[in-house]
Amino acid sequence: MSFAAAALAVLVTMVLVLVRALKGPTVFDRILAVNAFGTLTVLLISVVGFLQGRPEFLDLALVYALINFIGTIAVTKFIKFRDMGHGEQAAGPDAGDI
Amino acid sequence: MALPIDPIIFDILTWLFILPGAVLLIIGGIGMITMPDVFARMHPAGVIDTLGCELILVGLMFQAGLTIVTVKLALILAFIFFTSPTATHALARACLNAGVTPRVDEEKSAALSRGGRP
Amino acid sequence: MLHAISLSIGLAALWWLLSGYTIPLILAFGAASVALVVFIAHRMDVVDHEGHPIQVTWRWLTYLPWLGKEIVMANIDVVKAVLSPKGRVHTSVLRTKATQKTELGHVIYANSITLTPGTVTLAVEDGVMIVHALTRGAADGLKSGEMDRRCTAVEGAPGEDR
Repeated sequence: MSFAAAALAVLVTMVLVLVRALKGPTVFDRILAVNAFGTLTVLLISVVGFLQGRPEFLDLALVYALINFIGTIAVTKFIKFRDMGHGEQAAGPDAGDI
Repeated sequence: MALPIDPIIFDILTWLFILPGAVLLIIGGIGMITMPDVFARMHPAGVIDTLGCELILVGLMFQAGLTIVTVKLALILAFIFFTSPTATHALARACLNAGVTPRVDEEKSAALSRGGRP
Repeated sequence: MLHAISLSIGLAALWWLLSGYTIPLILAFGAASVALVVFIAHRMDVVDHEGHPIQVTWRWLTYLPWLGKEIVMANIDVVKAVLSPKGRVHTSVLRTKATQKTELGHVIYANSITLTPGTVTLAVEDGVMIVHALTRGAADGLKSGEMDRRCTAVEGAPGEDR
């Protein structure tokens, strides 16, 4: 029962965050919203794992948390340099320090 | 695992943690919509990432008991705890670099124009 | 060397907790992968006092409860600001001094600021943090400098860095 309540809250928040991701207005609002959405996905995977009595889902949640973080950093870096590989040449000595 | 405690206590503890967590998540979601600009929106996102997330995961821990599941939940919690400020900081830096400046309610805080990035 | 050993122990514990195997062959594979990761980290030159800061562990553990309390208070503040924005939301950008000596200390302080909702670190330059605050309370809390003092205490004396 408590799991269902948690899952419901996570789903409602996902909708709210998705509204922000669709509305924008800047690309950074969308990145922020997608990052929060990723955190909520980790929560949803964990809660649904408990809801169905299959805590093995936590491994997926752990991997999703890792991917979410790396994805956010990669997208911010891409927005900044328009390039994933050659930031150093493109943007000068400041490149590594996003 | 088989602690000599009535399992109903753990159910109550789970409720005590999950309910505030759920409320915090929804309030964070509302804040993401109502806040005026992208820098202000980072704070409700922080509510989702820190306390909302932690309360729900701790609530799940009480149901799992002293098992490997609790350890995995703790790992997820620690991971989100360490990465969310880094991601927020990277995003803030990217915003400043792209020329998005925060809307401030206070004129005297000219902190950005002096030493910050244009 | 100490950092390499602690990194190996950490990785081995993580591997075993996530897999839970006790078959010798699989355990050998796990040991091999831990060795490979430590070797790659060594080649990348990240196994040092900064990439793997074991010297602050105990002081950091005593800092955590205070940080947790601050996070709860800051969350309540931001929740109030979201529910009744009129008069409460007062965004400002402020500069606050960071008295830490090392980069690790700056990282701990900047991340602590960002972890407490209501304040986000925008930039760090020459021992000064540029912080975006959502409410007056958050800005005042930062200006009191208690978090700065505690982070400097976590960092410890500069001499015992290595």
